[in-house]
Amino acid sequence: MTKTPHHLDGNAVGGLLIEAFGREMTAARECCGECGSVRELGALLAYTRGPGEVLRCPDCGCVLLVAVRVAGRARVSARAVAWLEMP
Amino acid sequence: MAGTAIRGRLRWLLAEAAELVEETPEVRSIVLDAPGWPGHLPGQHVDIRLTAEDGYQAQRSYSIATPAEDERLTLTVERVPDGEASTYLLDELQIGDRFELRGPIGGYFVWTPEIGGPLLLIGAGSGIVPLMAMIRHRVRSQSSLPVHLLVSSRSWDQVIYRAELERLGSEGNDPRVVHTLTRTQPPGWTGYRRRVDREMIGEVAPPPMERPLCYVCGPTGFVEAVATSLVDLGHDPARVKTERFGPTGGNG
Repeated sequence: MTKTPHHLDGNAVGGLLIEAFGREMTAARECCGECGSVRELGALLAYTRGPGEVLRCPDCGCVLLVAVRVAGRARVSARAVAWLEMP
Repeated sequence: MAGTAIRGRLRWLLAEAAELVEETPEVRSIVLDAPGWPGHLPGQHVDIRLTAEDGYQAQRSYSIATPAEDERLTLTVERVPDGEASTYLLDELQIGDRFELRGPIGGYFVWTPEIGGPLLLIGAGSGIVPLMAMIRHRVRSQSSLPVHLLVSSRSWDQVIYRAELERLGSEGNDPRVVHTLTRTQPPGWTGYRRRVDREMIGEVAPPPMERPLCYVCGPTGFVEAVATSLVDLGHDPARVKTERFGPTGGNG
């Protein structure tokens, strides 16, 4: 825990997620493959100050989604997501 | 152009500043004409993209302040120290100037009367912006769901939408509006004068057994402290929605 936390929440990445998925995604639910907690993407912790946007599980802290723009296209990696469910 | 937007797809639109409202010395509302805007729900935000003459671009997210019914879109922007986008929007932008915008974005931190209530809205500083869209929508939709707003500002001069909140708060106490002023208070101030804490929330909020829907918006530290207090007081974590404000994609 830092004194001045820099993370936001998944809402902040909503635009890039629409680019990647072609639809609104912050109300979509995911299950964390590490700890099993189920959340809406808008409720995940977002770290947006690096070259990509990172979404972490608020419960166990593991990296769930990384969204980057590669050659003008949005790309999302989601290695630790057990499942994703559209609203 | 309305109706040509493909549902769920985002495209950049050109928006034109139609009206500028100085809300406080550090906060400005920008009323926009955005032809092709597909409409929005209270709580959603937009991405905007500013392009300099040399091609340099800056992208930021701002909450929408207007209720869903309004034809024009209003963004309320708070100055971020040394923030290139907010500095431009507050100091340089003139009526008639244009910039790119896409949206609406967000399906999580959103409220409409169908979602239910009662509503407990807690905001700090410009965190009130998406909450105001919800309040304005609730007032216009003739919904009778109770709304409780707790808003934290540094001083009375820095309360965003102050006149409107005063008017709303005086009309039969519905919505119920409670202020806390954390740094300086006007003479004769009898309200709260500290940061939002568990005791304050306990006094202002409907009891957990009424299962209020809680929307908390503000800087990250504020949001986390308030969300923790709500859960400590016995509110259902699944009914606490948060939106943390801060620089996105660069320095405000």
